[in-house]
Amino acid sequence: MENGKVILDVKGLKKYFPIKAGSFRKTSGFIKAVDDVNLFMYEGETIGLVGESGCGKTTLGRCILRVIEPTSGSTLFRDRKGKMVDVNALDVKEMRTMWRDMQLIFQDPYSSLNPRMTVFNIIAEPLLCNNILRGKALRNRVFEIIELVGLSSRYLECYPHAFSGGQRQRIGIARALATNPRFIVCDEAVSALDVSVQAQILNLLQDLQEKLNISYIFISHDLGVIQHISDRVYVMYVGKIVEVSSAKDIFANPKHPYTRALLSARPTPDPRVKLKRTTLPGEIANPANPPSGCYFHPRCKYARDICRMEAPEWKEVSKGHFVLCHRALKI
Amino acid sequence: MSKNGKKILELKDLSVHFYLDEGILKAVDGVDLEIKRGETLGIVGESGCGKSVLAYSILKIVPTTARVRGEIILHPSDSMKNRKPIDIVKLNPQGECIRSIRGGEIAIIFQEPMQAFSLIHTIGNQILESVLLHVTEDLVEARKIVLDILKEVGISNAEQRINEYPQQLSGGMRQRAMIAMSLSCNPSILIADEPTTALDVTVQAQILKLINELKKSFNSSIIFITHDLGVIAEMCDKVAVMYLGKIVEYADVDTIFHKPLHPYTIALLNSIPSVNKTAKSRLEPIEGSVPYPINLPKGCNFYSRCKEARDGICNVRDIQMFEIEKGHSVRCIRVQNKYSKGAK
Repeated sequence: MENGKVILDVKGLKKYFPIKAGSFRKTSGFIKAVDDVNLFMYEGETIGLVGESGCGKTTLGRCILRVIEPTSGSTLFRDRKGKMVDVNALDVKEMRTMWRDMQLIFQDPYSSLNPRMTVFNIIAEPLLCNNILRGKALRNRVFEIIELVGLSSRYLECYPHAFSGGQRQRIGIARALATNPRFIVCDEAVSALDVSVQAQILNLLQDLQEKLNISYIFISHDLGVIQHISDRVYVMYVGKIVEVSSAKDIFANPKHPYTRALLSARPTPDPRVKLKRTTLPGEIANPANPPSGCYFHPRCKYARDICRMEAPEWKEVSKGHFVLCHRALKI
Repeated sequence: MSKNGKKILELKDLSVHFYLDEGILKAVDGVDLEIKRGETLGIVGESGCGKSVLAYSILKIVPTTARVRGEIILHPSDSMKNRKPIDIVKLNPQGECIRSIRGGEIAIIFQEPMQAFSLIHTIGNQILESVLLHVTEDLVEARKIVLDILKEVGISNAEQRINEYPQQLSGGMRQRAMIAMSLSCNPSILIADEPTTALDVTVQAQILKLINELKKSFNSSIIFITHDLGVIAEMCDKVAVMYLGKIVEYADVDTIFHKPLHPYTIALLNSIPSVNKTAKSRLEPIEGSVPYPINLPKGCNFYSRCKEARDGICNVRDIQMFEIEKGHSVRCIRVQNKYSKGAK
């Protein structure tokens, strides 16, 4: 994977939501949902994005797709001609074309499908509104896609309510695949599913990646899923990436205290393994009023004075393994 | 403790059936279970397998359209002295007796505290209500109990929180308040219905630790309902695996994870993405999805998804629970045949 072509290069991406207060709706501050995020990925790679709820995972995913307009920063994406294009500089028309290559799979298969549209219409919609296909060709393409995600084409005239959670998620995946994208953000795509069905969907996503050479950003709070599917992992805390490394490395050798706490908090499905728990005290910091210095210091047992005073800088602990922590090399 | 190991709750052939226009929905079908004092029983299964209905039937809070059959026998603790074992199924759902059991003898932690709490009453008043009902009628003393229990579950600044509304608390704090409420009257049985599903792993770890500590100090029994096998491995002594309203395997936690026998349990364990499996390998999912639980065909419920299923053996008649060894029962005809041959 190392030698592959970079498909996505995010630089300094920020999204600040203004807090409006008072009778004149004056902006009194900002919620830094995504704060100076740098991220890159190779073609055909899967990136895991992990963090607690409220840390800005979803906002980051949507900012990369420019579904939410980012405050600043650039998102370079390799288009079909092989040129790196800054997605954030495109106008509406160009963006529409670009979205054919960048798609999103939603978390909740129950609310992300329109109950008044048939499965055929749901899958055909992105093709129709982008004016890609019509008539017979459209029909053939929809048939092809629905079989690709493992559903029978006789379901095409049904409405979403007739399907189970796993089947609905397959429809959501089919919709995302319709325009033949090369990059998909899976936003908690398997969180709402039972483990047995979750395994089916994870296998499906992996098969599709092999067949179609799709790159995924896989957002999840479930570390087991992240470990299973990812090549590289980005750990996020209060709008910032705090640790980056290959999946193997980060799970075997986590450096940031937050990553360590996340990993040790995970229950293992084996009663014989009794982990030494380091329970993380307190809760995720308020992004509207984050603590000084390192955002993690109030919950960190390794915190020293420097952590309270100064914001940490990136340190490379081994090749490709970066940590945002003052004390990463000492602990 | 000497009282440990005494049976505290027994379910005998419990069935909860809903009579719908389409047919009979057997949400819980012939469940036999027992819980001893100080024990944690885990009930695990996929969504729609009847875990929650089973829990609700113990408190008699199932919808009135349900028909409950069988027996739920509660052996009251010392606080309800001179009481004979009570069959909860026979009680009037609005009667005095069940109301003294609910919240007092048996308490429940709901999955979604935001929906379980009333939004127009403060946390303190809601906990106070159950303390006044079950423990004491003295308002000052009750208030002190509430404050103590809030501190016990790790709510910081309890004097202030007691006057706050549920929506002012974070998810983890709300779940703590929920736990405080259920523990406020020293229940001998605590039903935890997916208590950590809506929470982050870090908060989940805090809550699980808390439940374990409280279990030790109160010596209550816990019925832990979840679909997360990791949580089961961590919390439980005994595990019952449910599939479509029936218990398909029952054993202690070590046996379930290391010597499972029912194909469903095995498949369920194989489908978890976990540390032990090498990354980027393929998972072994269970094919298909849970069948619609109305008018199921004869035979094993897992027949349609089971890799081991054999026509003419598995789908002929309903399968009974079979005790492989003491404390390990399986509802699978093929496992049963294999073991009874081995015994001969």
